[in-house]
Amino acid sequence: MSLFRTCPTTGLQVHRTADRLIQANAVAATVALLIGGVAALLVLLTRWEVVLLLDAGMFYRMLTVHGMNMLIFFIIFFEMAVLYFASAVLLNCRVPAPRTGWIAFALMVIGALMVEWTMWTGRADVLFTSYVPLRAHPLFYLGVILFAVGALTVVGHFFGILTIARREKTYKGSMPLVTFGALTAAAIAAVTLLHGAIIYIPTFLWSLGLMEVDPQMYRLIWWGLGHSSQQINVAAMVSIWYLLGALTVGAVVLNEKVSRTAFVLYVLFISMASAHHLLVDPGMGPAWKIWNTSYFMYMAVLASMLHGFTVPAGVELGMRLRGAAQGLFGWLKRAPWGDPGFSSLAFSIVVFGFVGGITGVTFGTEQINIIAHNTLRIPGHFHATVVSGTAMAFMGITYYVIPLIFRREIAFYPLARIQPYLFALGMLIFSMAMTFAGTFGMPRRHWNASFTGAVFQPEFSPAVNLVMGVMAVGGLIAIAGGAIYIVVTVVSVFFGKKMAADDSGLGAEGRGLPPGITHPPRALVEEDRAALGPSGRLGPVPGTMVLVFIFLAAFITYYFVNWALLSFLWEVG
Amino acid sequence: MYRTGIEPPERIWWKKIDRHEKVWVWIAFAWCMVLFAMMPIWHLRGGQNPSGIRHRVEPADYQARVAEFIQEYQVGTDSGFPVVEPPPGSDVYLQATSFSWIPVLRLQQGAEYVLHLSSLDVNHGFNLYPLNINFQVVPGYDYGLRVVPNEPGEFHIICNEFCGIGHHLMVGKIIVEPADAEQGGDR
Ligand code: HEM
Ligand SMILES: [Cu+2]
Repeated sequence: MSLFRTCPTTGLQVHRTADRLIQANAVAATVALLIGGVAALLVLLTRWEVVLLLDAGMFYRMLTVHGMNMLIFFIIFFEMAVLYFASAVLLNCRVPAPRTGWIAFALMVIGALMVEWTMWTGRADVLFTSYVPLRAHPLFYLGVILFAVGALTVVGHFFGILTIARREKTYKGSMPLVTFGALTAAAIAAVTLLHGAIIYIPTFLWSLGLMEVDPQMYRLIWWGLGHSSQQINVAAMVSIWYLLGALTVGAVVLNEKVSRTAFVLYVLFISMASAHHLLVDPGMGPAWKIWNTSYFMYMAVLASMLHGFTVPAGVELGMRLRGAAQGLFGWLKRAPWGDPGFSSLAFSIVVFGFVGGITGVTFGTEQINIIAHNTLRIPGHFHATVVSGTAMAFMGITYYVIPLIFRREIAFYPLARIQPYLFALGMLIFSMAMTFAGTFGMPRRHWNASFTGAVFQPEFSPAVNLVMGVMAVGGLIAIAGGAIYIVVTVVSVFFGKKMAADDSGLGAEGRGLPPGITHPPRALVEEDRAALGPSGRLGPVPGTMVLVFIFLAAFITYYFVNWALLSFLWEVG
Repeated sequence: MYRTGIEPPERIWWKKIDRHEKVWVWIAFAWCMVLFAMMPIWHLRGGQNPSGIRHRVEPADYQARVAEFIQEYQVGTDSGFPVVEPPPGSDVYLQATSFSWIPVLRLQQGAEYVLHLSSLDVNHGFNLYPLNINFQVVPGYDYGLRVVPNEPGEFHIICNEFCGIGHHLMVGKIIVEPADAEQGGDR
């Protein structure tokens, strides 16, 4: 059997080892998602005061399980698959060191299993941040270290694949934007994992009683890992936005310079990311806080605002060039809303931007953090970024990875089509309700806001308790969406209808294949540009122009409302 | 012609930006500068900043300081906790341990205090409820925040950093007396 296969849909030469590494990492990611999802359900039903499912000890244990499995194992395993895809597959390249690829994967699995064991046996009830001096079993820290070493190896491997692809000239011109984006994600990952090593190795030694770790120093360096890794997630997510746009509607890149510069901006200031979590900490002064929380004057925010324009603009222009040119939003009306890849893309952009992005920048403002730190506003924020944004994008691309890489049809395809709607709607309700409850001081990571048994009894207003109920309903809808995703992917991958080696799926009707595969966007020709005619006052992408100004208005409003809320408080300084 | 993000572009992709795209780049940039400027501006003009007086402290020393503070200004007890009424303008010490805030504080509306926060064991979170004022309390560090209570009432301190299984029991109290009750002032 040849080492390569030719993808019948895209014509790309795919190294079979790349196929298998992508498959293994994707399966591991799904297992983590399943574990994290079960924990999500238990945690959610506990925070919903009416049910209060778990006892206190179990709640914090499951919260640890949820955070580790979702944020670390699910997301990072999936990102490893993305790295192989964006390098070996998109560049027609071989995987130079298959054995290293498998060793790295094994390290990650072993590390993850060690962590699982300590968590499930109650030896690591410290939440995923494991702030020193809360103490977990040494194997918890060692497991994280092994996992990180494995991930770092994959990052190195990815750089190796890029080098070889260039040397062996497996592609013409510059590397595609999606690969470039993945490259920035990998660069950030390298820096991030380094922070991880700097903090987890001493902490591991501390857990063995061999050295001291300062709690503030721990927070500083731990968040150098913790927040920078969110920047990996953002870079990976944006790469997938471009990828999904290309696959589903033939989205174009308006200007490579702008998009690539924006990706580079993510890398440049990454080591400053830690500050967001230390704005109301005693360790650092205001100058340090302002400078770092803004990542050198908000250059990373600028980057996201650029992608937030270029991705929808690329979709709009791609569709206009192919004939969907009516009015401001004709392209949106004609968009393939039934394609789970496209709907995931659209919701991922909207919720990430409007809810996640705006709240993130606002809460990450030095002073506004006083009214956000450690309240439910924070999980409200990041369930809109890393969940509704990154996880949603990952789910969307899965509907293409299954036929293209696993060579299977999607099982229960009609369910797959509604999955993004359920997940996005649920997450939107869930994260907005959390953010709202947090505005009234509802703490995060808190078993029981009725304070059963406490000496003093603060009381939340019935309105806040109602919002917590809304949060629970939103969370349940999202969990339903997540469950459908898991069922669909697991059944497809293990029992789905196999696709023959030469089966491109082109033109197929009624099969479990997304329209981007059965009816891919046609290639553009020079005449398309002429047919589009001159652009109006709002430029070539008027719809997107309107959308980004609505976004800006929402951003400005939310930001200054928060300054106003802050100004009513006690003077403090 | 335009390409998608998965096709390799020509070598030279350093092309001119469309005018409308450029407009957005500059607007976004300007907004980022506003975001940045707001923080220093608030330090100059605003009343709420997390600056504080910050230094390291040995937990044992802090504990001794709190004990001294309680002894000096204690006026009673509430549910077994000492209630302390320090004079306006003084340094006020709050001690966080799993799972309590010691002591209960009685402050004057409109008076200024330096509120010190520190922990004797693990990280804790100071959340003044229902105002929603939040600070991180880190063992080994003394965070001295100048505060001016602007309204009377009974406030609770909720711990909002996970500190162990009794985390939800960790509730403290601050009482703010109306300004005119004792001072008869004009505030
Ligand atoms: C399927 C829907 C999901 C639901 C209903 C859900 C629900 C929750 C709830 C109720 C909390 C606890 C908030 C608190 O008390 O502080 C939480 C925390 C968290 N969730 Fe989720 N979640 C979901 C999916 C995800 C995903 C996909 C990720 C990551 C990619 C994620 C990452 C986290 C993290 C990092 C925390 C914080 C844990 C901590 O504070 O230690 N969640 N989630
Ligand atoms: Cu506490």
